[in-house]
Parts: sequence; C-alpha cells; structure tokens
Amino acid sequence: MLELKNISYSVVDDNNKSIDILKDINLKFNKGINVITGQNGSGKSSLIKLIMNINQSSSGKIMYNKKDISALDITERANLGFTLAFQQPIRFKGLKVKDLLDIASSKNNKLADICDYLSKVGMCAKDYINRELDSTLSGGELKRIELALALAKGGEVFLFDEPEAGIDLWSFENLIDIFKNLKDKIVIIVSHQEKIIECASKVIVLDNNGITEYNKVDAINKIKKLQCGRLGGNRG
Amino acid sequence: MDKLNKIDKELLQQIADLHGIPQGSYNIRKNGKLVSRVSDSDIEIVSKQDKSGIDIIVAQNVKNKSVHIPVIVTEAGLTDLVYNDFYIGDNAEVTIIAGCGVHNESNVASGHNGIHSFHIGKNAKVVYIEKHLGLGKGKGEKILNPTTKVVMDENSYFEMQTIQLGGVSYSNRKTTAKLMKNSELSIKESILTTDNQTAKTNFVVDLVGNNCKCNVVSRSVAKNNSTQEFKSKLVGKSSCFGRVECDAILLDNAQVKSIPEIDARCVDATLNHEATVGKIAGEQLLKLITLGLTQQEAEDVIIKGYLK
Repeated sequence: MLELKNISYSVVDDNNKSIDILKDINLKFNKGINVITGQNGSGKSSLIKLIMNINQSSSGKIMYNKKDISALDITERANLGFTLAFQQPIRFKGLKVKDLLDIASSKNNKLADICDYLSKVGMCAKDYINRELDSTLSGGELKRIELALALAKGGEVFLFDEPEAGIDLWSFENLIDIFKNLKDKIVIIVSHQEKIIECASKVIVLDNNGITEYNKVDAINKIKKLQCGRLGGNRG
Repeated sequence: MDKLNKIDKELLQQIADLHGIPQGSYNIRKNGKLVSRVSDSDIEIVSKQDKSGIDIIVAQNVKNKSVHIPVIVTEAGLTDLVYNDFYIGDNAEVTIIAGCGVHNESNVASGHNGIHSFHIGKNAKVVYIEKHLGLGKGKGEKILNPTTKVVMDENSYFEMQTIQLGGVSYSNRKTTAKLMKNSELSIKESILTTDNQTAKTNFVVDLVGNNCKCNVVSRSVAKNNSTQEFKSKLVGKSSCFGRVECDAILLDNAQVKSIPEIDARCVDATLNHEATVGKIAGEQLLKLITLGLTQQEAEDVIIKGYLK
C-alpha cells in the first residue's frame, strides 16, 4: 500500500508569495486502478510528481508498504518499482526507441521484446525500433512510446499523468486494456476521461476544497458538474 | 600488419573499426610511412611521386566495395602531412574508411594534417567515414587538421561522416564542396571536446547545378573549459536546396560559437540553417532518471546518443 500522510505542497510566485497547491493531504492507494480527477489547476499532476519526488513536499511523509520513503530520491524510487508515464513525452535527439526501451527494461531487447512492448500500444516494432525520438515522430506516436516505456520498465506502482492526451480512439481502447492488465499493481491515473474513471476501483476528486473520494457514478457526475461550472454555470 | 604494436592496433580499432586485415583494398600509414597496402583493379592505390600521399582510384561501375586508409601517429614531435586524392569512377559505389589516431605520451606536440581531395564521377555513390582520436597521457598536444575538398559530378551522392571521438587537443576541420546538377551531399559531424581542447570546423558548400542538395548536420558536446567554433557557408547558385543544422550541448565552462552564413544567388535557391546551443534539457534528464538512471548515467546516455 502507498500512503500519503499530511502532505502539503506550495510554490512561490513571481512576487515571492507562497501559494498552496496541496494542503495536508491524506490518501491511501491500494492495488488496483486509482483515478485522480478534478479541475485544471487543482494539483493532480503535482500530486503524481510528489509521489515520484519530482516535486518536493513542504511537509508530510510518504509510506510504501509501511516504510517511510520520503527521503528516497527519484532514481531510488524508480528502482524501488515506481514508474511514471509523463503527460508530455520527451524528445531526444540521437536516442532511438530501442535505446529508451533498453534503458527502461534494463536489458538489451531483441526484436521480439520490442514487438511485445510496442504492440501493446498499437505500434509495429519494425516501423519504430530504429526511429529517433525526435521531431519526426508525432505527439500521438511519442505518447504511445511513453506508455510502452512504462510497460517495459515495469514495477509495482504505476503513475500515469493524463495518459489519454493525444491518443486516438483506437489506441484509447488499448489504453483501457493496459490499465486492466495492471490491476494487481498500484495504478494511479490522473485523468478526466469517463471511460478511465469507469474502470477505476477508487476515484479521488481534487478541487479547491481538497480531496473527496467518490464512487464511479458520483465521480463522473461531479466532474460533469465541475466542467459545467467552468463553462459558465449550470446550463441544464 | 605484423609491424603494428598494441597501441597501434587499439588506434586502428577505434578510428577504422579494424580488428585485423581489412577486406578489399587498404593502405595503413604510421608515422609518415607506409606500413601495409593491398591494391586491386577495382580500387587501385598508388603512391604520389611529387609529394607525400596516395591516389585512390576507384574504377567505373564498381559496386559494394570498401577501402580503408587509416593513419596513426605515435612518434613524439612528428607532424605528418599527407595529400590523398580520390578518383571515383562513374557509377561506382564505394565506402571509404579513413581516420587518424594520435598517441602521445610526450611533452611535445604531434599531429596529422590530411589533405583529401575527392573527384566524384557521374552517378557515383560514396560514403566517407573519418574518425579522429587522441590518446596518451603526455602533456604534448595531439593536433589534427583534416582538409576535405569535394567536387561532385552530375547525379552523384557523397556522404561524409566526420567524428572526433575525444582526446584531440586541437583540430581545425576545413571542408569545401562543389555540387553539380542533381548531386547530393550529406555531411554528419560529431565532435566531443573536453579539458582545454579546441575544435574548429568550417564548411563551405557551392551549390552550382540545378536540383542539387546539401544537408549538413553537426552535433557536438563541449565539456570543461573546451571551446568549439562551427562555421558554415552555403552558396546557392541555382535551383537548389541547402540546409545546415548545428546542435551543441554545453557543459561546465565550455564555449561554443556557431556562425552560419547563407548566400543565395538564385531566386530558386532554398537555403536554411538552424543552430541550438545549450545545456542538456532538464526534462530529458528527468525522464531517464525516472527510468532508474542516476543523474550522471542520464547525462552520459544523452551525450553518447547525441554524438552517435
């Protein structure tokens, strides 16, 4: 189990004023699909980054299987089994898809291995194995490779930050299957998508009032309400 | 090959991927003298009579052949000067592996100045690979100044891969090319400098014939107190396409200057250049670290990939 205890996170704005992004958060994540949703700016991605230690909390601690891992850096958490798929995939001049998959899986992959990883995200290994992760790849292709990297790395705690962004409809169905196949891991997904929320075992809504846990139906209704509010009020 | 010692073999392995006697024609030069040569009717290698160097004559219509012409310098204080002329017959397809390695354990400078002139025949395709390397712990500089002159006849293709692997105290790389109708030039340069090393590069490409193309890609990494200077000049005299891309990663107190020049003399000439100099992108490091690498390992992977 992954547990966030009294976690707070703040940033400093241009006027040197401290702004609270997350305040005194307490959350428990068990094996299964945990979806974090909520309005833009509510701190969802910040929360994911705190778990990976990309962002540093101003107070509180993170427990994993009853051990305090707050002091572990990103590399140590990655090697402990924490795997993050970025919202915005990164381009690398000179590094090929195989290079990144080799690093992620800590082995020299053969074509069959690459095929295994890439086919799960709807890609053909032969077409991509020697492609550089540069501007010749589209945003959607890079996003799918980003997901393949997470699968190649493996682990016990998977963090997906808006995995649906840039993914086409066909790949989206694959995405749901990927999550379902990881249900014996702790999977934490930041998402706004109903279909992803529908496959969750736990839904957490972040808003200005903090954290509320919902069942799936109530979570979807809550999101719709928040989206209506953002668009200018209740149009019903 | 028996005349080569362990250091010589290491240099040859690194600059020319030679693990033994190469296939096909070859010419190995050490400390200004011929060590070994094999020449055949497809690729003939002949010593020059008037000055130091060789003529490499590739017969017309030769296909899928390669020739190795590496040079090594291990003698302290020696500056080897060589003139090599390449005559590539019409329709020939050949890979030329050159390169120079300097091993210097002394406190005096040693080096190599290679002047290579290419005459590329009609419809010929040439891949030319030159790697440069400096080894040895002496304070004496390891200096490499390669000059490459290329004249490309109609419909020919010339690909030049020039790679400075490291350890070179000073290099001044000069390349000129003249492209005729429908010819295509591709230059890929990779340079690594560390410590107080200096690397200079100067490309001047004349795009003369209609529909000729030139693509120059330079990727470099400058570490410590090293300096690099990249100059490129494309002159478009016809309906042509030319592009220069210079990317450099800068670390520590290093300095990189990129000085591109575009000179279009025809309304149908399309010329462009891009230059990016900066530190390793933070998000690239972060991505690799989240895959389990340390900061240093992530930096090494990015640099190695960049220069590959």
